[in-house]
Amino acid sequence: MRAVLTFALAVALLLPAAAGADPIQQGIVIPHVPPGTPPVGLGQQLFAGNCATCHGADAQGIPGRGPSLRGVGALAPDFYLRNGYMPLERPGIEPTPSRPVFDDREIRAIVAYVASLGKGPPVPSPDPARGSVSEGQRLFADHCSGCHQIALAGGYLTGGVAPPLNGVTPVQVAEAVRIGPYLMPTFPSSQISDKQLSSLIAYVEEAQHPQDRGGWALGHVGPVPEGLVTWLLASAALVAVCVLIGRRIQS
Amino acid sequence: MKALWRWLVATIVLVFSRGRRRPQVPRRERIVPPGGASPRAELVVLALLGAATLCAIAFIAIYALDRLSHQTQLLGLALGLALAFIAAACIVTANRLIVTEELEEDYPPPAHPGQVEALDRLVDESGDRISRKRLLTLGAGAAGAALGAALLVPAVSLGPLLDTAALYRTPWRRGRRLVDETGRPFRADEIEEATFYTAYPEGASREEVGSPLLVIRLDPKLLRLPQGRAGWAPQGILAYSKICTHAGCAINLYRSPLFPAAEPKPAFVCPCHYSTFDPMTGGTVIFGPAGRNLPQLPLLVDSGGHLRAGGVFSGAVGPSWWGVRLHGARS
Repeated sequence: MRAVLTFALAVALLLPAAAGADPIQQGIVIPHVPPGTPPVGLGQQLFAGNCATCHGADAQGIPGRGPSLRGVGALAPDFYLRNGYMPLERPGIEPTPSRPVFDDREIRAIVAYVASLGKGPPVPSPDPARGSVSEGQRLFADHCSGCHQIALAGGYLTGGVAPPLNGVTPVQVAEAVRIGPYLMPTFPSSQISDKQLSSLIAYVEEAQHPQDRGGWALGHVGPVPEGLVTWLLASAALVAVCVLIGRRIQS
Repeated sequence: MKALWRWLVATIVLVFSRGRRRPQVPRRERIVPPGGASPRAELVVLALLGAATLCAIAFIAIYALDRLSHQTQLLGLALGLALAFIAAACIVTANRLIVTEELEEDYPPPAHPGQVEALDRLVDESGDRISRKRLLTLGAGAAGAALGAALLVPAVSLGPLLDTAALYRTPWRRGRRLVDETGRPFRADEIEEATFYTAYPEGASREEVGSPLLVIRLDPKLLRLPQGRAGWAPQGILAYSKICTHAGCAINLYRSPLFPAAEPKPAFVCPCHYSTFDPMTGGTVIFGPAGRNLPQLPLLVDSGGHLRAGGVFSGAVGPSWWGVRLHGARS
């Protein structure tokens, strides 16, 4: 009887302690703000509700859980929120592209709030029209294709996944190159200049929509297999014509 | 109960009468001539078979004790010794214990005399039309030899046969500058953390297996380079061969954690078979099929701030081949 009582007491004492141990928050918090609140104010509330568990109340970072966001500018939050990389399900897992949980207005608000915390890079505005596709292909082969594949199919490395780049926007490519999310290297402008970045993005756009002059890409394996398929179809048609002529002569 | 008693008596009678009365076999004439008994040889064979038994049991024991170090080597040793002992026992048995006898038998008389000669004449006369026999034989011989050579020559593609020196000679030597793919020398202060650079030797071929380098910068406090490599990484700048030691692919994956506290540590990953090398500990293999560490090149920063090689690679560059352990890296 006494043992049972001791146990019940221990449980009663431990339960609130366990509940108070700063649990990882689940679910998305959308605050109700009065109309007319500036975006930074909305962003601060959204940040406090959805990001502060890992990044800290003032975005100063929590060791082992989430990095500091002071000085990352508008570039990083724009990238992570529009890809659906953040919020993570739990800290430590690899962020994967998914549908963004916030709408455009909320994303702009959080980006404005994080950007207001310290001086940092703005959201880039690359101009792929200025870039050269062939230079971009060379740069992509040197720096990107090891993981993402030259045809943007994505790939694996030990400990991580390189996402496919089929559906990414030019701004997202520019942001990822400068941030180096998760295990990706960070390419500073001393290594890939802004002009080279435009070329890189020009190549990515080109590879996203390859020119299929034949109209039938066949997995983009090249003109030789396409030509072989043409020969196959043409020879079948020729045989059919021969058979028809033969029948007419017979009858 | 009675039935049980009967069974018991029957068993006792059977057991005790074993070997008492042998059925008398009529002595037959021997085919093999008799040989003397050799108790010593029998003893040797028994000892060898016993040793083989012990080795085989040792194999099972080593297999069962799963957590031995060098288990595979011990397994091989036990099995090999067991087979060697059995072979020795067989040899001793054959030499000492089996009666040997040499017999000669005459060839049977030719069954069809005259036919051989007829065949010879047939062949000879069939070739009557050929006037330049030796030349034709020579031609056929040349064709056969050339065809044989043609079938053998592709084996050269299996690897360098005579000129293996190229595999362990690299263009890197002390003082040679590191340049990028356009030939521009790298400065130490432009190597940034969290990214990777590909460098080549200045004024040397880039096509050689020992030429391309991976250059990265890490926090010097994180480095745990092997002994004897102090000063190989000035300011934390490290250079490794870009060629994987497994199958010779160019390593072009550098994983660089953005938030090291919660993400895998920095590593070079080969895109072919995912061999993963740790740049912080001198290029040690941490995953994948590569059998040797990635060779590291010592670096220097000259008075102009440019990166230069500080010596030769720590090991042989490129994929593993049979001589790679015999010859180290050479400048």
